Amino acid sequence: MHERIAAAKPASRAANGAGWRRLIGIQELGILAIFLLWCTFLSLTTTTFLTPTNVFNMLRAFSWIAIAAFGECLVILTAGIDLSVGSNMALSGLGAALLLTWGAPVWLAVLGGMLVGTLVGLVNGLLVTRFQLPAFIATLGMMSIARGITYGATGGWPVRGLPKEFNRLGQYDLPVGEWGVPVPVLVMLVLAVFTSIFLGRTTNGRHIYAVGGNEEAARVSGINNRRLKLLVYTACGFFAAAGGILMTARLGVAAPTAADGYELDIIAAVVIGGVSLFGGEGTILGVLIGAALMQTIRTGLNLLGFPTYWQPAAIGAVIIFAIMFDRWQKGRSIQA
Amino acid sequence: MSSQQTPIVEMRNIHKRFGAVQALRGVDLELYPGEILGLVGDNAAGKSTLMKVLSGAYLPNEGDILLHGQPAHIANPEDSRRLGIEMVYQDFALCNNLDVAANVFLGREVVRWRLGSLRWMNKRTMEQRARTMLDRLRIDISSVRLRVENLSGGQRQAVAIGRAIAFDAKVIIMDEPTAALSVAAIDKVLDLISSLREHGASIIIISHRLEDIFRIGDRVAVLRQGRKVADRPVAGDIHEFREQVVAYMVGARDDYGSENDGENGAVRSPSPVNA
Repeated sequence: MHERIAAAKPASRAANGAGWRRLIGIQELGILAIFLLWCTFLSLTTTTFLTPTNVFNMLRAFSWIAIAAFGECLVILTAGIDLSVGSNMALSGLGAALLLTWGAPVWLAVLGGMLVGTLVGLVNGLLVTRFQLPAFIATLGMMSIARGITYGATGGWPVRGLPKEFNRLGQYDLPVGEWGVPVPVLVMLVLAVFTSIFLGRTTNGRHIYAVGGNEEAARVSGINNRRLKLLVYTACGFFAAAGGILMTARLGVAAPTAADGYELDIIAAVVIGGVSLFGGEGTILGVLIGAALMQTIRTGLNLLGFPTYWQPAAIGAVIIFAIMFDRWQKGRSIQA
Repeated sequence: MSSQQTPIVEMRNIHKRFGAVQALRGVDLELYPGEILGLVGDNAAGKSTLMKVLSGAYLPNEGDILLHGQPAHIANPEDSRRLGIEMVYQDFALCNNLDVAANVFLGREVVRWRLGSLRWMNKRTMEQRARTMLDRLRIDISSVRLRVENLSGGQRQAVAIGRAIAFDAKVIIMDEPTAALSVAAIDKVLDLISSLREHGASIIIISHRLEDIFRIGDRVAVLRQGRKVADRPVAGDIHEFREQVVAYMVGARDDYGSENDGENGAVRSPSPVNA
């Protein structure tokens, strides 16, 4: 089947190829190039793009998407999918908001919200591992369940009047030098670093790649695939909760319609960032760039005066173009 | 000479049923230290099942396994690994998206420190050890950081085999190690398998390619319909060897146990004798 002639591919040539790819930073390069080109273009054509205010506004605007995308990335690396992240963000934010209106202190409300989201992730994981449901179906169901609970628990009305101390989580800018860095952006960066290290340096991280690359090989190597999948879905719920709570704090209101359709933005950010839907390929750095690219496209189209109603079409086209370019660039570097 | 030694592996009277199907009907198999044993048989003869019993993937319904003459309890793949039995799978069982060093140490990473279930890998040590292993086995791979998808079929099989030996396996089971390889690669892999003997391993090879077993094997055991029907040293010339083994495989000859070696056994009628 996989008949290959060993001599046809001298090891030294393959090694040179690997060294070259290592040098140019492998996967993130294509998407990084697009991102930088787009940012350069916007800096030259508009006066408002490259200002500290705008940069931090954009960073804050995609921070919770990026945070949820880190969790989604873990799931997709194992060749799974979690469609419930958007609903879960809304549900976790609502959980924290309800606790606050019942008089809970901020730390307890945040803890409660995190618990809700993590629990949703755990149930997803159990459905996929214990009950052997396809991830697409299990999380599609969970997407609807979580959204339904947000409507049911609120009667469709947004929860308002959240305490200022809670809202500061999303609205406060921490002074760093001469800049004010929004708290959600700091949380995003800290989580990005931790998740990157987890994936690159720990055995669990490596096993996530292994399961996505060849599940059977991972199993016969003594890796507990089920435990690992349970871990990634639970972690995905945890990240969605973190994103959802920050989003709620920023908006100062927990609406049952919040984060509607975010799952697609999140999955798009992950895939644009170079994570393969077939599993085993991709990094957190890529996801971060993917989420940033999505946001700069949105902001950029606004700044350029692109008609608002046409923006979704433009964004969709850019997603397709970005991934095609990325594929092309990767294919070239592999042949090189 | 070897028959006077204690076998490193001794399987006694192994039975395995899958529902109504009797996959193994009382098989005895010995493997001696430093030996390469070929295990052959037609499809569904029970050779893979027998090896999965030894590697802990299946529990036998009946029978015993002795290692170094001591009864061994093998309930799962981890048990057999701990006892020094490694399996090299037909499809190599490697992760193409990981590099050579990661594959060699997959599931057994060298850990620098741990915090609960978080284990921090010692990548440098793993890379160095993988390099040493490749050099020791004279496997021609330029860098342990190469992703497996960039290797040739022969190199992949070499990594899969090297993986087993890297953890000082005493017994290595190989399922069709040359099935997916080109002619040039087969040569190299067979040389590699032969050289494992020098590293103190005993090897069982499941193979359809009788010429491979003839070339590197010391002994061949033939299974047919869940029974061992022949067990003899590899000797003579290739054509004679092949003819005899095939005769046992297809049931044209069925005289095992009736006479000492079967060299002068009778050739029966081709109709299969079924129990």
